[in-house]
Amino acid sequence: MRRGVLTRVIIFAALALLALLFLAPNFLGKKDSTGKTEMPDWWPGFLPADAIHLGLDLQGGSHLVLEVKLDKAIENHMERLKTDLVNNFRDKGISGVSIERVEGTQVQVKVPSASVERVRGILKAEFANLSEARTPQTSATGSDFYMTLNREETRALRDYIVDQSLETIRNRIDQFGVSEPVIQRQGINNILVQLPGIQDPQRAKDIIGKTALLEFKLVDDNVNPDDAVKNGAPPGRQVLFGQVGKGTAGVSAEKVPYVLEARTLMTGEYIQDARVRPGEQLQGPYVELILNAQGGRLFEQITAANVKRRMAIVLDNNVYSAPVIQERIGGGRASITGSFDIKEARDLSIVLRAGALPAPVEIVEERTVGPSLGRDSITQGITSFIVGGAFVILFMVAYYKGAGLVAIVALVFNVLFMIAMLAGFQAVLTLPGIAGIVLTVGMAVDANVLINERIREEIRAGRAVRSAIEAGYQNALPAILDSNITTFLSGVILFQFGTGPIKGFAVTLCIGILTTVITAVYLTRVYYDYRLGARRLERISI
Amino acid sequence: MELIKPGSKIPFTRYRKIALIVSTIVNLAVLAFLFVKGPNLGVDFAGGTIVQLKFQQRATIPDIRQALESVGLGGSTIQEFGQESAFEFLVRVEKTGVEVAALSDQMKKALVGKFGADKVEIRRVEYVGPKIGEDLRWRGTVSVIAATVMMGVYIWIRFASAFGARFGLHFGLGAVIALIHDVLITVGALMLANYEFDLTVVAGLLTIVGFSVNDTVVICDRIRENLRKIRRESLEHIINTSINETLSRTLLTTGSALLVLSALYLLGGAVIRPFAFALLVGFVSGVYSTIFIASPVILLWDKSFKR
Repeated sequence: MRRGVLTRVIIFAALALLALLFLAPNFLGKKDSTGKTEMPDWWPGFLPADAIHLGLDLQGGSHLVLEVKLDKAIENHMERLKTDLVNNFRDKGISGVSIERVEGTQVQVKVPSASVERVRGILKAEFANLSEARTPQTSATGSDFYMTLNREETRALRDYIVDQSLETIRNRIDQFGVSEPVIQRQGINNILVQLPGIQDPQRAKDIIGKTALLEFKLVDDNVNPDDAVKNGAPPGRQVLFGQVGKGTAGVSAEKVPYVLEARTLMTGEYIQDARVRPGEQLQGPYVELILNAQGGRLFEQITAANVKRRMAIVLDNNVYSAPVIQERIGGGRASITGSFDIKEARDLSIVLRAGALPAPVEIVEERTVGPSLGRDSITQGITSFIVGGAFVILFMVAYYKGAGLVAIVALVFNVLFMIAMLAGFQAVLTLPGIAGIVLTVGMAVDANVLINERIREEIRAGRAVRSAIEAGYQNALPAILDSNITTFLSGVILFQFGTGPIKGFAVTLCIGILTTVITAVYLTRVYYDYRLGARRLERISI
Repeated sequence: MELIKPGSKIPFTRYRKIALIVSTIVNLAVLAFLFVKGPNLGVDFAGGTIVQLKFQQRATIPDIRQALESVGLGGSTIQEFGQESAFEFLVRVEKTGVEVAALSDQMKKALVGKFGADKVEIRRVEYVGPKIGEDLRWRGTVSVIAATVMMGVYIWIRFASAFGARFGLHFGLGAVIALIHDVLITVGALMLANYEFDLTVVAGLLTIVGFSVNDTVVICDRIRENLRKIRRESLEHIINTSINETLSRTLLTTGSALLVLSALYLLGGAVIRPFAFALLVGFVSGVYSTIFIASPVILLWDKSFKR
């Protein structure tokens, strides 16, 4: 008996030591500028060196969910496919076919009766990635085919677009400089971005959310911009706006219309680098683009062909500038000027360097917490933990005396193990997570209450202390296990359901259940077994 | 110290009829309330934006509204948040759409313009788009229902091994009915106290489901044990004995949980308060429902089967 007790004391002592090792970084470590924990030099490298990770609600930061606007990107894709179809039929000498994009993601192919069979054959053989959106409609003059991307193709395109967006956003955030960001795909077309400890959430949102589609387009000076705004742009032309000066709060900047040729001469995909350059005297800074070899050649051709015309530099459908092309421009360098300050120029260079998003993104969820609120939450969490814990200690000792003390010691170990496991699993501690710890303190005594009530009953029934304790533990165990398993189940469902902070609660709840069963059932038993082994026990304090 | 003297013989099941009638009426009232008025949904479920503001000195709601009017946000709901002297406010903006991205920036400019640069701080911004809100609402409802059903199934399986499938089913059903009761009571209390339903409240409801079933498990476990031990007596007598024997445990455990929950409610801060409130109500309801609902349901079902 004594030997069994000794073994178990050693096991629990070792566990407690291990728990302290996992918690040590929280006391010994110092946070460096990037938020990583630095341990003192004498701390051996193989030991845990990570402090508990605080959730965004405790350390401050932004949690963003972005929705990738897939429809827009798929529409663009269908537009290109339409061009492919037109070219294909023209090359094969099939005439009289008209192709329109309908309902966003479908193309309608109107074919005169004579060519129906050939077109059907071509669609089947050369456009296997398309499938019929609905049955073709045949009339006296011909047939209408309604084609759309087939399921696998849509899925592949969707995955490509979302993954590409994620990469681009990751690039931008890396350049923006955030320590330990989380960037994950969520569901079909959402991207989760977590930015701990950022100071200027608005700026981060601007950088992440910008599509940054850079286009070079020619200005049509033959059309009066004001007429085009009033009457709509002539075919093949579009009206886009540029800004003059800066807006102030409540007043937006003056907008100037430009009439542009709708055709895009070049996009930002050839950009190799983008740098902020200081402007000359009265002008603000500008962004210099360095194009790759292919882009450099293309840019040279374009500028050579359009000397003396104005070329608009368009970013996300805003005209930044529209300088006159004085001469052919070689060397693969271009610049974007506009009325921006050094910070805006820097942000612009970041998004241009990181590349455009393949589809627009929209923020569909944002949770930003300032650092001061996080600190307040920690203080309030700790206060309620201490007060709640003190209540429980008083209550247990008043009610059970000696046995209450044993339960409290078990409770202290329980909390120690629980927090150590949080640290060891690198789980994230959130405000609801702290509430989970407080709640566990209140609920963990349940197991000891069950056992103690049982022992009291057995003693009242006239059993000797030894067998009362044994029967108490044995008979209480099924109820303890059942009730903890059911709570664990609801914790698992909570984890499945919840987002960030709620997940933190579910994790503490589940870890708390494990440590509760271990400490309340097995740790307290060690004490009673020791007492029983030491001498004949006539009475216990319960 | 003893709360309940050993050998207490309170005939709980005798009150089962009145308890069932009263509880049914209360639950139906909550359901009616729920469908007629509808729960007060927070931004998590309704979509929209909340912004938490902290001022360095006294500020009034009309002052804040005046400042927000300059950026077209005068129609927002503004309420005080947290302690009296904290000068904290919660602004809820119903507007949705693209301008949301710049909303907090605009708000900050307007407030700084009126109150001064260091006098006001934006402590928290939460924006949930309508689609996400709808998704969360759906998932929240499903998870509470799934958890309740799962508890019933677990108890059914757990007790079927001891008494056979049919009797196990009675225990499972009793537990599920008690859980539905607890969730409804909590929902009703939250609505009466005018709390908003958000993610933390749903986490609270799920926790109630998980913990409230504990009492049922403990009592059912005792019924199972007593069924073996006491052969001659009626099921009603056995159920009563079991409730009485476990009564002090039920009160102690719930009491200790209520102690820490009051600490959380009073000291845990305004964010966690609705959660603590839900748990306080749910745990009390859990004790009641285990004693007066779950056990009688077992009895009721058993009687109707025998006939």
